[in-house]
Amino acid sequence: MSKELPHISQLGDNAILIQFEKIISEKVLDEVLFYKNLIQQLYIKQKVEVINTYNSILINYFVTIEDVYSDLKAVKEVFQQNNNTKNINSRVFEIPVCYDLDFGIDLELISKEKNLEISEIISLHTKPEYRVYFMGFLPGFLYLGGLDKKLQISRKSQPRMKIEKGAVGIGENQTGIYPKVSPGGWQIIGNCPVNFFDKNCEIPTQISAGDYIKFKSVDRAEYDRIKEQVNQGNFQLKKQDRNG
Amino acid sequence: MGKMQVLQPGLFSSIQDYGRFGNMKYGVPLSGVMDRYAARMANLILRNNANDAVLEITMMGPKLKFSKSTKIAITGAHLSAKLNDEEIENNTIIEISAGDILSFGRRIFGCRAYLSISGGFSAEEVFGSKSWYENITKDAKLEKGMEISYKEDAANKVETNAGLKFKENYLKTSNIEAYKGPEFDFLSDKQRDRLESLKFSIDQNNSRMAIQLQEQLENDLDPIITGPVVPGTVQLTPSGKLIVLMKDCQTTGGYPRVLQLNENGINTIAQKLTNEKVRFSLTKPL
Repeated sequence: MSKELPHISQLGDNAILIQFEKIISEKVLDEVLFYKNLIQQLYIKQKVEVINTYNSILINYFVTIEDVYSDLKAVKEVFQQNNNTKNINSRVFEIPVCYDLDFGIDLELISKEKNLEISEIISLHTKPEYRVYFMGFLPGFLYLGGLDKKLQISRKSQPRMKIEKGAVGIGENQTGIYPKVSPGGWQIIGNCPVNFFDKNCEIPTQISAGDYIKFKSVDRAEYDRIKEQVNQGNFQLKKQDRNG
Repeated sequence: MGKMQVLQPGLFSSIQDYGRFGNMKYGVPLSGVMDRYAARMANLILRNNANDAVLEITMMGPKLKFSKSTKIAITGAHLSAKLNDEEIENNTIIEISAGDILSFGRRIFGCRAYLSISGGFSAEEVFGSKSWYENITKDAKLEKGMEISYKEDAANKVETNAGLKFKENYLKTSNIEAYKGPEFDFLSDKQRDRLESLKFSIDQNNSRMAIQLQEQLENDLDPIITGPVVPGTVQLTPSGKLIVLMKDCQTTGGYPRVLQLNENGINTIAQKLTNEKVRFSLTKPL
C-alpha cells in the first residue's frame, strides 16, 4: 500500500511539526496516534513533549533544538521504517450529563429550530461514542468527533459572556464540555458534574487523545450526588477498554 | 527565608521561569518569561540556573522591600532602578541588605525587565513550574502587600563573570527574525511582499498571551483545521489582522500560521511597546 509521507518541518527554534492529510477523520487520527506513539519511544536527547491534533504531531522542545538535522532525520526514519499502521488501544469513558432545562438553556431553541422533541435531542446526543481527538483551547477541553448531523446547529451570533463550568454545548459539527467558566458561543444543552481538569492532581485528567466518551443522561438528583462525590474527591469515571 | 514585600505593585509584574513545559497535551499554556535571553542572563549573572524563577516587570516597576540580605540582578528593559534612592545599573550584581528598598523610575528603553535573586524566587510550583498564570497558580500578578520568599544569602561581593556580557542590541532593533510558517506558502506574492516589506505597528492589544499588529494584510486564505501553535506563531485572522502568539497563548489554533518567530524574534518583540514599529526579517532555520 503506497502512502504519501507526511510533511515534516521545523516550527521555530523549539519544535518539529509533522503534518498529515488535511482532513478530519478517525482514519487520519489513528495514523497520527500510531506514529505519535513511535515518536514518543524515539530517543531524543533533549527534553521534549509529543502532542497531536486532528492531523498533526508536534514535537515540542523545552529549549532550542541542538541538532535539528539529526532529529529530523530520526523522525523521517520512523515513517520510512513503519508503514503498516495499527490502531492503538483506547478506552471508552462514561460521562454523566444532566439535560434538565435549568442546565440546557438552549434545548428549547434547538427543539424548535430542528423540529426535534427534547427527548430526541438527548437520545441523539447520548447515542454515539465520541472520539477524543486531542485537548486544547482551555486546559481539559476535549475536541470530540462524531456528533449526529441532525444535531448540528450554528453558534450563537452573540457569544455569551459567561458559560458555566461543565456546560455541554453544540457548535456547528462539534460538541464538547466547558472545563471551566468562560465566555463562549455554543448552544448549551446540559451540564456535566465531572472535573475535566484538576490542577491539584499530578495527572489532571484520565482521558487521552484517542479515547472515546459516551454521554449518559442523569437526573438532577444523580447529578447532585455525583457532584458531591467529585467535590469529596472520590468520584470514579466508569471506563471500558476498547482494543484497537 | 527572606521576604520581598510589595510596597507598590507597579503596572504588571509576575513570577516566571521557563514555563509549564510538558502539559500541552492537556491544553495548558506554556507561560514562562517573555524574553528568555534577558531572564537567562539575569540568572547567570548571579550564578543561578538559567531557568530559575525571576520577577518579570512590565514598563512601570514596583516598589519592593527586602527582609534579609541577598544579591539581585536586573536585565532587559531599562526602567531606572533605584536602591534606597540611589540609581543602580542593569546587568550587574547588586548587594541587598535587610531593609533595603528597590524601586523603579522612568522607562528609558525596552518593555520588560527581569529581576533575579540569588537562588531564584520561591513560589508555589504547579505542574513543574512557578510561572504565574490565572486559574493555574494562586497568584496572577503582583499586588500590594504580597510577600515573595527567597533564600537568605550573604551580600558579599562576588566577582562578576567577565565572560558574561549582556548584548543590548536586540532590545533596540526593529527587525524581528522569523521563519516561514506552515501556511506561508499559501500566501500570494503580493501578501508575501507586504508581510516582508511593511513596517508594522504594535497594537494596544498586546499582552503575555498575544501581540496584535495594527496594519492589516488582505486575506483570502481559508481557515485551517485546528492545529498546534506555539509562542512566536504569527496567525492571520479572516479580517486580515496579524497576531503574534506569546508565552500565555493557547496550545492550538485555527487561523493560518503565516510566520514563526525564532527565539531572537520572540525576545525582541517581547520588548516592544504599543505603537512601536517592527519589520519581519525572514531567515531560514538550520
